[in-house]
Amino acid sequence: MGGSNRREFLNNLLPEKLKKETEYDITKDEIFLKYSNKTSPLNLKKSRAGLSQYTGSWGEKEKIHLLRRTMFGVTPANLTSLNGYTMSQAVDLLVNATPPTPAPPVNYYESIYPDPTGVLLGATWVNAPYGDGTVNYYRYLSTNAWWMKNIFKQTMSIQEKMLMFWHNHFVCEENVVGDSRLQYKYLNLLRTHCLGNFKTFVKEITKDPMMLFYLNGHYNIKNSPDENYARELQELFTLGKGANMWTEDDVKAAAKVITGFRADTVNLTYTFDPAKHETANKTFSAYYNNYTVIGQIGAAGENELDDLLNMIFNQSQTAAKHLCRKLYRYFIYYDIDANIESTIISGMATTLINNNWDIKPVLLQLFKSDHFYDSLTMDCVIANPVDYFLGMSRALSVPIPGAIGIVDETRAYYTLAYLCQIVGMDPGNPPSVSGWPSYYQAPQFHEMWINSDTLPKRMKYTDAFFTNNGIYVSGNFNIKCDVIAFAQTLSNAYDPDILVSDCVKYLLAIGLSQTLRDSYKMILTNNLANSYWTQAWTDYINNPGNVTYENIVKNRLRLMLTKLLQLAEHHLS
Amino acid sequence: MKRRDFLKMSTMATLAYSINGNPIHAYGEDHLLSMIAKTRGNNDNILVLIQMSGGNDGLNTIIPLDKYSELSNARANILINQPDVLALSGQANTGMHPAMTGLQDIFNTGRMNIVQGVSYPNPNFSHFRSTDIMFSASDSNVDIDTGWIGRYLDFRFPGAPLNYPDPNIFLDPLAIQIGSSISSLFSGANGLNGLAVSSIDNFYQIVSGTVDPAPATPAGHELTYIRFIAQQTQSYTQVLQNAASIQATNLAPYPANNNLADQLKIVARLIGGGLKTPVYMVNIGGFDTHDNQVDFLDPTHKTGEHANILTKLSEAIAAFQADITLMGKQDKVTGCTVTEFGRRVKSNASVGTDHGSGAPMMVFGTKVNPTVIGTSPNIPANATVSDNVPMQHDFRQVFGTILVDWFDIAKADAEMILNGNQFQMLPIFKYAVGTDNTPLQNAQHALEQNFPNPFRSHTTIRFTTSGGMVQILLYDEMGRMLKVLYENEVPAGTFDVGVDRSALPAGIYYYQMHISNKTFTQKMVIVN
Repeated sequence: MGGSNRREFLNNLLPEKLKKETEYDITKDEIFLKYSNKTSPLNLKKSRAGLSQYTGSWGEKEKIHLLRRTMFGVTPANLTSLNGYTMSQAVDLLVNATPPTPAPPVNYYESIYPDPTGVLLGATWVNAPYGDGTVNYYRYLSTNAWWMKNIFKQTMSIQEKMLMFWHNHFVCEENVVGDSRLQYKYLNLLRTHCLGNFKTFVKEITKDPMMLFYLNGHYNIKNSPDENYARELQELFTLGKGANMWTEDDVKAAAKVITGFRADTVNLTYTFDPAKHETANKTFSAYYNNYTVIGQIGAAGENELDDLLNMIFNQSQTAAKHLCRKLYRYFIYYDIDANIESTIISGMATTLINNNWDIKPVLLQLFKSDHFYDSLTMDCVIANPVDYFLGMSRALSVPIPGAIGIVDETRAYYTLAYLCQIVGMDPGNPPSVSGWPSYYQAPQFHEMWINSDTLPKRMKYTDAFFTNNGIYVSGNFNIKCDVIAFAQTLSNAYDPDILVSDCVKYLLAIGLSQTLRDSYKMILTNNLANSYWTQAWTDYINNPGNVTYENIVKNRLRLMLTKLLQLAEHHLS
Repeated sequence: MKRRDFLKMSTMATLAYSINGNPIHAYGEDHLLSMIAKTRGNNDNILVLIQMSGGNDGLNTIIPLDKYSELSNARANILINQPDVLALSGQANTGMHPAMTGLQDIFNTGRMNIVQGVSYPNPNFSHFRSTDIMFSASDSNVDIDTGWIGRYLDFRFPGAPLNYPDPNIFLDPLAIQIGSSISSLFSGANGLNGLAVSSIDNFYQIVSGTVDPAPATPAGHELTYIRFIAQQTQSYTQVLQNAASIQATNLAPYPANNNLADQLKIVARLIGGGLKTPVYMVNIGGFDTHDNQVDFLDPTHKTGEHANILTKLSEAIAAFQADITLMGKQDKVTGCTVTEFGRRVKSNASVGTDHGSGAPMMVFGTKVNPTVIGTSPNIPANATVSDNVPMQHDFRQVFGTILVDWFDIAKADAEMILNGNQFQMLPIFKYAVGTDNTPLQNAQHALEQNFPNPFRSHTTIRFTTSGGMVQILLYDEMGRMLKVLYENEVPAGTFDVGVDRSALPAGIYYYQMHISNKTFTQKMVIVN
């Protein structure tokens, strides 16, 4: 189905309270233009620490920094699970973990729209026939819900963060391709290779059926080559763009190399059609040392792809640095000055090349480095919308119990995805093949996440987490924070000082002064001595089911958290 | 449907819903009723609530001089030396703590009403629970997690807070709490209907209260950026900035080192700058005086912790009243003290008092009835540790009277906002707007609602009296006296006074009956 009426269809299905969001144009946002970076933040003090292994203090601050950057939000349980781990072991754990593959998304929509291909309620549709546009749309919602649930339920692993990184790198837009089965395959491919080998990953994404549709590889045939993929392969996926690099003729030549790959929408894989493959030799420019990919006949034509990728990856410094800059901007900070380029980026690139394009060694080195734990590197990432809403939901232990049933559970998760969408990041639909501008648009970069449209919405929907009505999911379920259950995940809810400090620790970057923590504590204590809160919490704990005691602590926790999460520090990671 | 039409419709629906059982469509169709819907409840009166956190010792604040000997038995170690008690004009039985010279002056110049013995049935002695009961206006055995101000704002501003500011309806914050904190008093059905404002000179702080300085790091760079955007996109930044720049300074001096004064300075500037926000809340802590309430070395007991905070309270309120008077806003502002409970009649051995129940409330402003409502608290001759100041008035009578007489909403709506609690109005205001004139304690006179009302050409006013010189005067909405409707010496009985519209334009009027130094007021509406 087309992208234009999909949005309309989406809006018709969405919860009442989330409708009515209007189109927003950042180029006309005078407030954003006034305050965001005009140039790179030149006068900022930046870390000069390098990539040698960090040997400094390894306390809660460093652990939370590592967890925030490698996962979506930090829960007290996540922090506790690093007890007994050295810094190096903690990074090994997060990077090397192999979380189980999540079960595929299923038909939750049967009672709303019976699956025309015969998929039963609760059964997966990922290998079923396409059906029609409507069922595809419900499958899209179920995919988004599945994705958000995977993030929400993530175990100690960098996997989900890396999956999102690659989604922003090897972009496919669901509303351009319009086949949720292909989107699922694509997301699975990202999951399979997100911590694997970069070169292999490029090869596999080239043949991915969703990508074959998205960048027209499917239509790239002998005598009528389509250059779309061949260009982005070089410009976005591997080498980047610059002076004295690959040429327009190289785009044409590369396109010819990869003619004949076809997306198979029945078996949901690619095929290679030798009859559509250009068998002539393809000679590249001086940039590639006038390399020639020798034309192959028949099924062997497919192997020209390896030849092409070998040639591209022979520009090893360029390819490695291009990827490492993107990793740096995603995980560390957007501003790469000459010093960071010459020490960090170069160092990461060398590691990538020396490890024959394996990604893990680069991540292990980066997250174990002096640079990563330098205080100048901490807390400076503006959380992207998924990091913001999913991270907050995880940190607050927002309940989305399976017991609400598959329909409401699915709705709850795609409602979270929708919150991300209305503040500028629609998972599955980056705005273009370049990904989200926050990761490439100089000089504002991450600041683009926060503008006069998105910040009030972030704050408005955050407030809603602490109301009775919450965020509407269905007549039976709303997303909201169970503040008492959350407080019970913290180290000591009896002590209002510790309670506020814990909330600050898990929910705000940078931290807060004692004076400010005291002012938030006063919401809990009614401006009185700490002992009154302690008594209130004790009364609640000792009298399960007593609504009066419950409301006393619930109301104060809600007010305190509402106020606390309005702070700008809540948007940083 | 246009958004504006939708809001109009939801306004009607909310109003209609609020009056249980009345058909919703009546408001859309009946001209007379829709006229009321349009005009009632949208005056620009302002309420400033002063929360005295900790539970104020009312007996040492508003001192019942006629109970001095009983108090001497109950609380000799903290009782204020009688000659030091401040006298209140016309009130032989009631005096004030010597620290409160500012409030004494406000009372003696006819700008304060004191309501004695305010509490609620089955009082709770927990700070938290009692605060929640006060703020939610619930019965003490009922749990409600919205506040009465929050519900009042839901009622007055349908769709609050998400639909506001709305340029067609209301641009200013619906309620403001000064400080970083925010109270459950402002919790409405859909979230907090109040904004916390800690400073109007540092606009970062409008959004999130006081903030820490941003560090000189990349994190600080981004933090500052987000704060700028927050400041610029906070819906109310512009109106607050405007108000603060229009009223760039306070006009009266305020005491230094007085946190309540600092808060009231902000309130005064926002009001002076023309902000229409109907409700403000400020807070002063330190009333939980379990020990060292007075300086035991001072034989007069007029100094000590309680005296210190009462000094702050009194000086801050006096400065605020002076300030808004110089700004010309004195007639638009009523202040009211709120504390979660009073303290025990009998003092403890730590030279303090423990959690109690009843306490006086002070309501101040030019429009209040300058008197003491109720009698001095009944104090047992030999009070025990369990004796409390008995309830004379339910706190919801005070809040309900404010809703009806100050914010001009129908009594039935006020009762809905107060969780269905029916209450008897109190004569807190001078020119009561919708005063329910049912007799209060042994009163011998009553003025009824005119009928029909609203009316086009002719209406009837009925009053009942035990006899005397009766005068009924007609006032316009601005409080200007227009004419004498009735003036006669009558015997006991019930009388009907016919009123002809004459040339009066459509609008809201008040009629007031004076008899034997008592005043009764009702509102009437004339329509075309």
